[in-house]
Amino acid sequence: MARAAVQRRLIWRTARVLDNRAETDRVHRLVLEVPHWPGHLPGQHVVVRLTAEDGYTAQRSYSLASPPDVPQLHLTVERLDDGEVSPYLTDEVRAGDELELRGPIGGYFVWSAAADRAGGEPRPVQLVAGGSGVAPFLAMVEHHQRQESPTPLRLLYSARTAADVIGRDVLGAETTITLTRESPPDWPGPTGRVDRDLLARCTFPSTDRPRVFVCGSTPFVEAVAATLIDLGHDPSAIRLERYGNSEEPK
Amino acid sequence: MTDTASDLVAARRLDGNAAASTLAELFAVDLTEARSRCASCGSTAMLGAHHLYADAPALVLRCPSCTGVVLRFAAQRGRLVLDLSGAQLLVVPVPDDYADNGADDEADNEADDEADDEADEAPPAE
Repeated sequence: MARAAVQRRLIWRTARVLDNRAETDRVHRLVLEVPHWPGHLPGQHVVVRLTAEDGYTAQRSYSLASPPDVPQLHLTVERLDDGEVSPYLTDEVRAGDELELRGPIGGYFVWSAAADRAGGEPRPVQLVAGGSGVAPFLAMVEHHQRQESPTPLRLLYSARTAADVIGRDVLGAETTITLTRESPPDWPGPTGRVDRDLLARCTFPSTDRPRVFVCGSTPFVEAVAATLIDLGHDPSAIRLERYGNSEEPK
Repeated sequence: MTDTASDLVAARRLDGNAAASTLAELFAVDLTEARSRCASCGSTAMLGAHHLYADAPALVLRCPSCTGVVLRFAAQRGRLVLDLSGAQLLVVPVPDDYADNGADDEADNEADDEADDEADEAPPAE
């Protein structure tokens, strides 16, 4: 499966929407059925193409939020009010609609239990997410759970408020959530931005030689990556996925 | 947030990983896992770790060490245009790395054949 997922020539596929539900105020979860889906690796993305009646097309990349262990594809789409694509996907798309997509795409920002088994020495996996950048990590965490992988894995996830947290049904003991804007009085976890102190307290230390994945807005990813390097992590062990700034990811 | 030009450029920076779909218009293998040696500074990094500027007139990948332009790719008037002059050497893994991971399926065969054909034509790795 892994081999096919990385190698297959990309074609446009028709996805049928099974469900479109609000996960938070701004983020919807689209559940898609794609006939003959070749399988994917946790962390890979797809490109969704919308075509208007006049033939105008717009394409956007979305990380797959579901692991290869389940047959449907889940996308978590954040509504950007000035966006061309995301308001349509969050507010207009209904169950039964069809979308064009192609994928799976990208062999760089991926982790799978199988690759660890094949790779010999298992190394811990540290995931760091800002906001909707948690999407590829939902796939990795659920895959890790379903495979009962022995690889130590942790996620540090920064969300603005408790109501903005995506993927509550998946995230478990491996996850530390920090709330940056406001937190309920009984919030058990940390609060405040992902800074040096929080990374030092809530992630694998560099001496454990973890593979590190960081995903979120460009400023978030670059700040976290610089701090991780400062904390002694090997730059070549850190993989980044920047979602850009506030505008819709292309 | 400041509004200097350099900060605006920095905020639009993405990763080479996000170029995978566009490059798939031309390449049958995933280039984000390819290692590229920068023609400007000689450093080597995976294309997925390069800096991507996707909203330039062309897709532009820059070296993460020296920010030199490594690859430009554009679709213009019915043509795909690829400028690789900034990449001194590109080493693309053929997916034998993945052969023994125990997660296989029959539908692999077609893709395997394609990959094998390309491996035959590829220059030897270092």
